[in-house]
Amino acid sequence: MTNEPTNGTTRRGFLAASAATGTALVAGGAAAQTPDPLITEVQEWASGLGLGVDDAPYGMPIHFEADVVRRNVEWLTADVISSINFTPIHALDGTITPQGCAFERHHSGAIELAKEDYRLMINGLVDTPLVFTYEDLERFPRVTRTFFLECAANSGMEWAGAQLNGSQFTHGMIHNMEYTGVTLRTLLDEAGIKPEGNWLYVEGADASSNGRSIPMEKALDDCMIAFKANGEALRMEHGYPVRLIVPGWEGNLWVKWLRRMEVTDAPVESREETSKYTDTMENGTSRKWTWVMDAKSVITAPSPQMPIKHGHGPLVITGLAWSGRGAVTGVDVSVNGGKTWAKARLAAPGQEMALTRFYFDYNWQGEEMLLQSRVTDSTGYVQPTKAQLRAVRGLNSVYHNNAIQTWWVKTNGEAENVEVS
Amino acid sequence: TPAMADKLGLGRAALPEEIAAWDKDVRPDGKGLPVGSGDALVGEEIFADQCASCHGDFAEGVDNWPKLAGGMNTLNREDPLKTVGSYWPHVSTVWDYVNRSMPFGAAQTLAPDDVYAIVAYILYSNDLIEDDFVLSNENLADFELPNVGGFFVDDRETTEYPQFSAPACMENCKDSVEITMHATVLDVTPDDLTDDD
Repeated sequence: MTNEPTNGTTRRGFLAASAATGTALVAGGAAAQTPDPLITEVQEWASGLGLGVDDAPYGMPIHFEADVVRRNVEWLTADVISSINFTPIHALDGTITPQGCAFERHHSGAIELAKEDYRLMINGLVDTPLVFTYEDLERFPRVTRTFFLECAANSGMEWAGAQLNGSQFTHGMIHNMEYTGVTLRTLLDEAGIKPEGNWLYVEGADASSNGRSIPMEKALDDCMIAFKANGEALRMEHGYPVRLIVPGWEGNLWVKWLRRMEVTDAPVESREETSKYTDTMENGTSRKWTWVMDAKSVITAPSPQMPIKHGHGPLVITGLAWSGRGAVTGVDVSVNGGKTWAKARLAAPGQEMALTRFYFDYNWQGEEMLLQSRVTDSTGYVQPTKAQLRAVRGLNSVYHNNAIQTWWVKTNGEAENVEVS
Repeated sequence: TPAMADKLGLGRAALPEEIAAWDKDVRPDGKGLPVGSGDALVGEEIFADQCASCHGDFAEGVDNWPKLAGGMNTLNREDPLKTVGSYWPHVSTVWDYVNRSMPFGAAQTLAPDDVYAIVAYILYSNDLIEDDFVLSNENLADFELPNVGGFFVDDRETTEYPQFSAPACMENCKDSVEITMHATVLDVTPDDLTDDD
């Protein structure tokens, strides 16, 4: 009936207790004074019966994990329809994002589009403009690949300073899924691209359309459509039944509910690549077509939503690293705000344009820490500081903030989003 | 296994009516514009009816809804105001976006002449045309917005990559570290879900 330990020590109780006494437990090292009733007394779950196999045809996480959910930040946008929410990356581990809490970004809401009603058109500079049904798409040779999708605006609120207190909010416009679908090369070959077809304009079936222009070279290199993610159909809010996958490039290009691909000889310069997703520099001119998401990392725990609750001793410092330029080859961690760095351990070798999990096993003795992570990718690019980025771009570029994040871990184990000199 | 033909023969040819129904994008050179026209006087009425509840009577924006006019010469300042007049490079984009995606919640309900008139009113609200200027498929592509030259193609490969691919410092990287900014000072983060208990 409750997930709290029976001795009455809650997370808050622990923090209050250790603050009050000024002492901390040595995790795992203290000898028990009295037998633990969770062991010595027969618990209800060890005697009675659990739920039957017909209880949950499609299960949800256990209710103890109710805080591992997407969160909205009301003041960021005018309404909740053209808006954003955030993946609870602080509470996740590994690299695969559960679809049910993977962030959403819509411009005219999450639409309901049945497979029977779905149509994909290829037109423009092609030999034969084509219309596909969903059934048609399932008959093409398939590929399965894992990639991160990061919103161009991820961390954008942090350009001017430390604003939001938690990795979910500062870095949670991201998810990482294993996609199954068909390469654009396969689909476009079916229509036959004319030689002057250098660009591909892609748009969704929703009212916003989210039209974007993609150079044909990228489209034919590694782009794909997906109808499965993490083994099952796409979620409605992620583009069911078909979305575009644009590995390593800003999330806005990953058009959901994809309905049309037009081969053109020039970019359309749509709203989403002129008014939005252009990056204004200090002198007032703006970059356009900033497609690639640069190498980036963040420590997900400890972090403001993940205070250290276990006292001194062994501490797992962990986080995520990724690069749209290639694979993560290494992550360095600093506990002193960047004075010194040490190599973290990668849970698995970095994959091209996919999230990589890192661990840094640390013996914490209650000292204040200024925690930072810094990724290097397979092109040799090293994640910059915010000061380095600001020196090039100023404060108004809105998008593409891949700066090193600092968490100030206090002596009581709580953490805060800060900037450091 | 049998040899696979170059093409799988999946899908069917798209009909002209189908392409016309979905291929509505308009490019800076005017390609894609349907025949039609409208001026700001007509546009003002449609705008008042269909757009002003969010974007304001003068396209100045209501609450957090987008401002479509104003902000001239603010792009190099703190908190630039980016509008059609101050920021957008091409009128074609205004036409295309209004035509396909506005009004918010009732997209694709405007006739081409309505869209020309609304776009003319937005230009007028930005002091870029007189109220009797007739915008049409003939002249839209020739109309130049103030910030048409304000964009350049992603140059990170030359302005950032070289300095960000230098070997990383591991030891004695700086003498001192001071906290210069705290997120909790702003206190704009939503509360912890468990605080509602």
